[in-house]
Parts: sequence; C-alpha cells; structure tokens
Amino acid sequence: MTAIDPTAHLTAEQIEELGRELDAIRDEVIASRGEKDAAYIRKVISAQRKLELVSRGVLLFSIFPPAWLIGTAGLSVAKIMDNMEIGHNVLHGQWDWMRDPKIHSTTWEWDHVSPSEQWKHSHNELHHTYTNVIGKDNDLGYGIMRVDEDQKWHPFHLGQPLWNFINACFFEYGIAAYDLELGKNLRKRRRNNPEFRARAKAVGRKIRKQVLKDYVIHPLLSGPSFLTTLAATFTANLVRNIWSHSVIMCGHFPEGVQVFERRSIKGETRGQWYLRQMMGSANISGSRAMHFMTGNLSHQIEHHLFPDLPSNRYAEVAVKVRALFEKYELEYVTGPLPKQVFSAWRKVFRLSLPNKKPKVKTPDREQELVAA
Amino acid sequence: MTSAALRSRAWKLLEMVTTPLLPSDYLDLVSPLRAGADLRGRIEAVHPETGDAATIVIRPGRGWRGHTAGQYVRIGVDVDGVRLWRAYSLTSPTNRQDGRVTITVKAIPDGKVSNHLVRRAKPGTLIQLDQATGDFVLPQAKPAKVLYLTAGSGITPVMGMLRDTEFDDVVMVHCAPQPQDVIFRNELHDLVAAKKLRLTEVHTDTDGMLDIARLDELVPDWAERETWACGPAGLLDAAEEHWTEHGVRERLHTERFRPSIVVAGDGGEVTFSATGKTVDADGATPLLDVGEEAGVLMPSGCRMGICFGCITPLKAGAVRDLRTGEITEAEPGVLIQTCVSAAAGPCDIER
Ligand code: FES
Repeated sequence: MTAIDPTAHLTAEQIEELGRELDAIRDEVIASRGEKDAAYIRKVISAQRKLELVSRGVLLFSIFPPAWLIGTAGLSVAKIMDNMEIGHNVLHGQWDWMRDPKIHSTTWEWDHVSPSEQWKHSHNELHHTYTNVIGKDNDLGYGIMRVDEDQKWHPFHLGQPLWNFINACFFEYGIAAYDLELGKNLRKRRRNNPEFRARAKAVGRKIRKQVLKDYVIHPLLSGPSFLTTLAATFTANLVRNIWSHSVIMCGHFPEGVQVFERRSIKGETRGQWYLRQMMGSANISGSRAMHFMTGNLSHQIEHHLFPDLPSNRYAEVAVKVRALFEKYELEYVTGPLPKQVFSAWRKVFRLSLPNKKPKVKTPDREQELVAA
Repeated sequence: MTSAALRSRAWKLLEMVTTPLLPSDYLDLVSPLRAGADLRGRIEAVHPETGDAATIVIRPGRGWRGHTAGQYVRIGVDVDGVRLWRAYSLTSPTNRQDGRVTITVKAIPDGKVSNHLVRRAKPGTLIQLDQATGDFVLPQAKPAKVLYLTAGSGITPVMGMLRDTEFDDVVMVHCAPQPQDVIFRNELHDLVAAKKLRLTEVHTDTDGMLDIARLDELVPDWAERETWACGPAGLLDAAEEHWTEHGVRERLHTERFRPSIVVAGDGGEVTFSATGKTVDADGATPLLDVGEEAGVLMPSGCRMGICFGCITPLKAGAVRDLRTGEITEAEPGVLIQTCVSAAAGPCDIER
C-alpha cells in the first residue's frame, strides 16, 4: 500500500461519473460487436491450429537441427496463442455472444494443465472480482509471495525470487496448484474433503493427458527423433510458461500499481469498483504483434475494466480509457515489456526483505462514504 | 480384433495426439462437410424469386440423410457474428441429381435471418444444419385428387411436393398480395401450360382475403380432395373449421409456421423448469436473486456480470440485460447471465 492514496483528489460524485463514462465506452463496443469480430477470432483459432499442426509435423524430423529450431519456435508460438489470445479470452466469455458452441466459455478446453472449469472460478471470479485486494485476490503473489509492504514478512519470503523463477518455468502447474488452493487444502482437515478430491482428480486427469501428449505420444510418433522432439516440446512449454508468467506479472505487479485492503471494498459502488481496477492494473506498450502475443493482456487495464469485451477491441478502447485517466488525473501505468518485467522483478526482490510498516494508510472508503 | 474395434482404438490414439482438442477440430479446418462431422452445409448459390424472396442452394454435408417432400430443416446462420437458428421448408425435389437441397426464404420485416439470407448471404458460406423433419408430407399411397391451399411463403413446402411427385389431378389455390409476389410464379405457370396443374391465384390486394366459403366456387370438388394447406394462422384456422364442418377433417393436412411471439415486458412470471418452480419477478431484480429466493440452486460467481459463472439456458421468453437494457429472446442454445438479467415478460430458465 502506498503512503499516499492516488485517488484522494476525487469526490464520490466524480467517481460515479467516471463509472458512467466507462459504462458508455462499454456499451459502444457491445453495440458495434459483429461480423468482423467473429471473423477475427475464427481466423486466429484456425491460424493457431494450422501453426500447431505444421510445427508438430516438422518436429517429427527434429533430429535435424533446423527442423528442431523451426518446429520448437512454431510450437512455442502456437502454445502461446492457445493460452493467451484464444484460451484466456474465450474462457472469459468474450466470444459467448456469437452463440457458437465451439467457441464458448462453457465448452472450451485449453492446452494447459489447469482444467478450464477450475481456472474460470479462480481467475474470472476471484481474481477479477477482488482484483488486488489483499487476502481475497490470491493472484497477488499466488499465495507464495509477498508483493506489498503491508503484507507480513516471513523468513520464507527470503527465497521468493527463487520461488518466482521456478513458478515462471512451470507456470501452468503453478496455476493448477493455485486453482486447487493446494496449500490451504493439503492441510489435514481439508485433505479429505470430497469436493477438493474431485477437483484434484480432474487436475490429475488433465495433467496426465497433457503430459502423455507432449512427452510420450508425440515423441514416440517421431521415432528416431524421440529425444529431440521430447526436448522440443519441453522447450515450447517452458517458453510459453515463462512468457505468460512475464505478461501476467506485468499486469498487476509493476511499481505504481495499487493494492487494497479487504475492508476498503465493503459496500463498493460500481464507480469505485472501476476505479480499483484502474489503479490495480498496468499495461504493456508495444507493437500490434506484442499485443497479439500477450493475448491483448498488454491492455490489462482495459481488460480489467471490461473483462468480457472481445480482446480485439481493447486497443481502440484503450485510447478512450487513457483519456479518462488524464481527465481524472490518475496515473496510467504502462511501459515496454522489458521495463515492466524488470519493475515487477525488482519488487519481488525488494519485498523478499522485511520493511518498516508505512505510516499513512489508504483512507478507509467506508468512512469516506459516510462523510460524503 | 474387428475392424470397428481397431478403428475406435485408432481414434482414441488420435484423441491423445490432439488433446485437449478433438481430431475433428483439425479435420473441420480442411473438410467441414465430411462424413462424421457435425452436420453443416455450404451455400452454393442464391437465386432471387421475387422482390423479397430468394432460393438458397445448399450443399449438405455427407451426414445428410435426405428428406421427404414437404419437410423442413433447421439451419443455423451467423448474422452479424451471432449464430441464429430458423426453420425453412425444403423446396427441392428429393431426387435432385447433384445432391443439393434448396430452401426458399421470404424476407419478413425485421426478420434478422430471413433478410440476411435473401439479401446478404454469399455463396461459399458455411451454415449449420439439422436433419430434415416434419410430418407435413405426402402419403405412401397416391391420392386420386389433390388440393394445395397456400398463402405467401406457405407455398414453399408445397412447392417441394409439387416438384417431387406428380399427380393426375392437382389443383392449387394460392394467395399473395399481387401477381409479382407469387413465389415460383413462372414455374407454376409452366406446370399449368403443361396441364400438370390447375391454378387459381388470389391476389389479396385487389381481391381481398380469401373467404374460405369461396372454395365451393373455385374448387367445387374440394371436399373430395386430399388437401395440404400452409399459410398464415387465419387461413389455416378457417380451413380447419370449414373441413370439420363438412365432416372431412381427416382429408386436411396443415402446417403452421409458428412465429414465436415474445412479449418483451417489464418483469413477468419466471419458470425454473428443471426445478418446477414458478414465481413472479419484477423487471429490476436479477434472475439470479429471483431464483435463489425461490430456493432454486443457481450457479453464480461474481454477481456483477464479469465471470460468466452464472450462465444458464433461457428456454422461453425474453430477458433484459440490466446494464444495457438489451433484450435477449429465447432460442435454442441461448444462454444468459442470470446475475445481470431480469425478466422481460414471462420466461423459462432451465434450473
Ligand atoms: S455471477 Fe459472474 S457473471 Fe453472473
């Protein structure tokens, strides 16, 4: 928690007005959603499938180094596309309006060890509703890291740069464990909870299928290229994991992003909810290719304001959102990927050490409301 | 091992290769109409029939099981990116050499799908198909005398019959506002010229609505004829009454194009069909709350419209999005977010 509340200059009315302006932006996109958008996602999905198919095909001959290189690069990109621009966004219901059962949040399954169903709960529901609220949004440090001065320090946190690095490499497993709330649920009393066991089983099944495909079936199909294909898929998964971990770190961890106290969200209005999303997220600047490869999570601020708008529209929305930030004199945290990644990592390092508690606290919204 | 077992093994292996997708997801990229795929069709041509009607030539996928003259087919078309399903009568004969089928669509005012098909559909477009169905069909044994009584686009299933089966003695009474509104007019007149059909056109703009009592004069032996009637509800109601009065109701076959009339109001009676509960709801309370209050187990999450954890099929009626005011009407496959939707008239929620 920063010592100074960057939204302190806004009155309650202004915050509600801001909310209305954001609603208007949302309505405009919804009213104009149509054929072009549908064509976009279909094109991306078909491109992803073709790329994956071709890359896997090339990897059948991965014993030859150029084939290994091309196949691995292609597969890495295909996996990133599957998880970012397609999976994450479809699972947000961004494309449900098309009423196509094949591109729908209720039927989609992604190339990831966390089953869609569980991820939707922990991500769409918990993370997006309670964005950056300490103790409620577990995405804040994934339950293993300390990401804010206000969080209690524990000697365990000394190792957090290492935990974070390991988490980056095996990010999809980290997410699966996190969706299961493994830490909490492995404690004796909960371990035998039938609901937890059922969910753990579902994850187990998904992991088995994924591992079998990537590390047994495809290598076997490659015959003499068995080992090189194995290495290729492992590399592609590693690349995908580190990439998505980096992108996601940029969304909420860079310097300048706010976190919130649990009680500050009690009785939150729509305007205040919007404001929290604005202050709790950060963007990545860059080219169109960069936006695409991040699944448009480079527009994290816009995504958090409107998680169900089609991702291909965030870029145009961003212009209007940014104008609102300026109008209301708020800081729009953005920067190129390397800068944001560095900033997030620096925080991970800094907070691995204990700090003094900041003296000034974020003013309590509840009190403010009463006063207003 | 039998070949079927072998094939299923091979398929299982293929599924392991493509997980979490299915092999069909990849096959669809290259061959969406192959055998074994979800049934689809490709629009191959659109021929205008009248100012507001067109015939759509469709090549159905390999899974198409054919149809009987008079049946209809449900098709799913993407209009402005949204998949909408409608039913249309098949107008092609059942033995068409090239395996194509046709539907003939009349654009109705404000009809999203019909206008799209008549005015904007492009050859090459994939559409979703169901198998043909409907029991508005000819019997196995040929009747000696036939009457077709149709109005407007009600001619479409009958045209399928006319093109399919020849009878010795066929009379048709068809109503349309003006001559140029008669769908298939040239073909009908060709049939008349070839003495295969006797046709009476009733032009309602000048002649007024068909008074069913006039049948005595138009087709004196109507009561002896096996009759197929299709058109607006008024005509069919009158016909059913007339045939019943004369004690020949069993000779009359009717087909109703039931337009689903949804009254979008403010609040209404909400039925939770899976639980069998019905409650009154106002136009401002989210259906999620309505259901929970009624003791229905409703899935939910964020309760503010962002997580899609609450989506539930809307089986009938209409709901209003509390954020945008947008009305969503029930159609097969329509899911709504109960946390941000309120009843807009009576509706049926599958919970
Ligand atoms: S409960 Fe989250 S969208 Fe309805």
